[in-house]
Amino acid sequence: MTATVPPKAPTFLGLPTAPRGVGHLRGDQSFPDAARTALRDGQLRANLGHATTTIRNKRAKVVGEVADWEQLRAAGKALKAATMAHLDEHLEELERQVTARGGTVHWARDANEANEIVTRLVQATGTGEVVKVKSMATQEIALNEALEAVGIEVFETDLAELIVQLGEDKPSHILVPAIHKNRAEIREIFARTIPGVDPGLTDEPRQLAMAARKHLRERFLRARVAISGANFGVAETGTLTVVESEGNGRMCLTLPETLITVMGIEKVVPTWRDLEVFLQLLPRSSTGERMNPYTSTWAGVTPGDGPQEFHLVLLDNGRTAVLADEVGREALHCIRCSACLNVCPVYERAGGHAYGSVYPGPIGAILSPLLTGVEDNASLPYASSLCGACYEVCPVAIDIPSILVHLRAEHVEAQEKTTAEAVAFRALAKVMSNPRLWHLAQRASRLGRLLSRGRPTLPNALPPPISGWTRSRDLPTPPTSTFVEQWTREHRSAK
Amino acid sequence: MKVALFATCLVDTMTPSVAHATASLLQRLGHEVVVPPTQACCGQMHVNTGYRREAVSIVANHVRAFAGAEAIVSPSGSCVASIHHQQADVARRAGDETLARDAEELAGRTHELSQFLVDVLGVTDVGAYYPHRVTYHPTCHSLRLLKVGDRPLRLLREVRGLELAELPGAEQCCGFGGTFAVKNADTSTAMLTDKMANVLSTHAEICTAGDASCLMHIGGGLSRLRAGTRTVHLAEILASTEEAVTPHQSTKPAVSRPTTPAVTA
Repeated sequence: MTATVPPKAPTFLGLPTAPRGVGHLRGDQSFPDAARTALRDGQLRANLGHATTTIRNKRAKVVGEVADWEQLRAAGKALKAATMAHLDEHLEELERQVTARGGTVHWARDANEANEIVTRLVQATGTGEVVKVKSMATQEIALNEALEAVGIEVFETDLAELIVQLGEDKPSHILVPAIHKNRAEIREIFARTIPGVDPGLTDEPRQLAMAARKHLRERFLRARVAISGANFGVAETGTLTVVESEGNGRMCLTLPETLITVMGIEKVVPTWRDLEVFLQLLPRSSTGERMNPYTSTWAGVTPGDGPQEFHLVLLDNGRTAVLADEVGREALHCIRCSACLNVCPVYERAGGHAYGSVYPGPIGAILSPLLTGVEDNASLPYASSLCGACYEVCPVAIDIPSILVHLRAEHVEAQEKTTAEAVAFRALAKVMSNPRLWHLAQRASRLGRLLSRGRPTLPNALPPPISGWTRSRDLPTPPTSTFVEQWTREHRSAK
Repeated sequence: MKVALFATCLVDTMTPSVAHATASLLQRLGHEVVVPPTQACCGQMHVNTGYRREAVSIVANHVRAFAGAEAIVSPSGSCVASIHHQQADVARRAGDETLARDAEELAGRTHELSQFLVDVLGVTDVGAYYPHRVTYHPTCHSLRLLKVGDRPLRLLREVRGLELAELPGAEQCCGFGGTFAVKNADTSTAMLTDKMANVLSTHAEICTAGDASCLMHIGGGLSRLRAGTRTVHLAEILASTEEAVTPHQSTKPAVSRPTTPAVTA
């Protein structure tokens, strides 16, 4: 349904979900309300339509080149499922290996703990600013806000994250956080916010990239602390991996003295060889490239080369609760490629902000309610027509439509008060289970003919919930008899 | 072959002509059609709206109604997909293993119309005549869950007099999605608008598909716009012949054709 955040905390029924009051997993509006506003933004619709169509076509082309794509997908799914079945063991192995190579591992139960750990680590270095590699985990926990609250300046270095940060905006896509902005809008943001920017800046992509490069280069060179996420953490070697396109991540990962990586616990893979599968699946699914330009890997610290202090923060923030959901746990297989966003007809029209979470689109519609508990994101599982395009492109074959349906049921079954909808659906279930009642109900639906007064369609103005349909679509007048009725009548008399 | 027809709750109640067409098509192809009178619904609307517990008794009624049928055919990709992918799961989750097994067994004998025609009966030319310009919308569940592929198009290509117009962006959802159309009416309408724009760009008289539900959505939008293009179920097209057009269906050209001869050639 379309309920917003309920006033009271749900009864504790199991493992802790992501806490309220911190992070960006909950919106302040229900999806239908937020979408209604977004749908009226013609510029947003044009920008999103153009961008998603471009990426979607690129992806389809490069995926089509891989003869064994379906086997790769199956391998990715199998690797993730096997890893999740022994997640605790792989995480402890990762901790041992990172520690053995001179890194320090921290365990964060939730967003608050992770933010406290990172803040403390940054403060211990005595620096007043950090550079950041694009990271979903740190967006999820609102790390930037936590650091800024204690006076530490945060510089996003991913081009799209920089656009979002300079524009005082929110990310709207997992891979391309500024997908909702076009070149002209980006030029305006840069011209207004970058100190000393060339006043003749145009919206030509190279000019925009050069302006960002000049702005960022100074920060890379003076930064003493960098913060990153991780695409994969290899347990057997203690290797962290960041996959990117721009090289700005590489600058952050190599230049500063201290590197702090925040990684969701589901990002662990058992062996180095597992990367063989995921590094083929990820770039083709995300940017539609055969191979991404920069893949950085590091394990612990290397004397005289790169950061001399390395911290790995392992983040739960509701993930263990997701793991406990035998249907929903597949959502933890996500490698954040965003292919599902780019093919989703709902995302393409409503945009990422309508989901209210840093995880938008089909994966967000399952991951956000799973992390927060379904009642805190109750409208998201319904934000899908269940068309199945997401499942079709998912590189690790997450059955998103089935999980959406599962979460709808979890929401319905969590209601303590009986809703009008539940009364109607329960009554209808009784009717549809009993042929005699069903035939009576079908006959009753013919009362609609009275409203039509001989016209082929029902009136446009009808009470809710039917009005949801009739505001924009005609509803045919019910016929004088049903098929089964007519058939039975004709074939009885024939005998 | 003796074929049991599952009309689906929507077709039975709102568009009986689709079920009549399915029956007369199968009879014309030499098969005996039976209509179990106790059939109602497959349970999909309940499952997809979150009422999976309540759906169990609906599934049980469906399984009872079609018990013993040799082959079951339905003019709906979505309902057949629910029978194949949801019914047994719903029963099993509720702890009813017997019902789950019965539902699985029944699913094995249940076919979507185009798959039944092409795969089971082995026909693509069903002897139909339908002198209209038609565009085909592949519905999401028939496309992605049942993987009907180009079967409906192969059937349509064999229809005499039918001019097939390719639908741009065909594989994009029309925005129906069951209760999604009401719960997220604005987003659903935005999706429908783009679907209608593509349908209208083909200058087809008729938009067809294998699901009456999606067609009620697209047709409801087109009718609201007073567009000349209308929606007709695939079964009604395949049932039409020179002698008899499907009952309850007008066949007059309805939309002005493009003036450039290249497009119509």
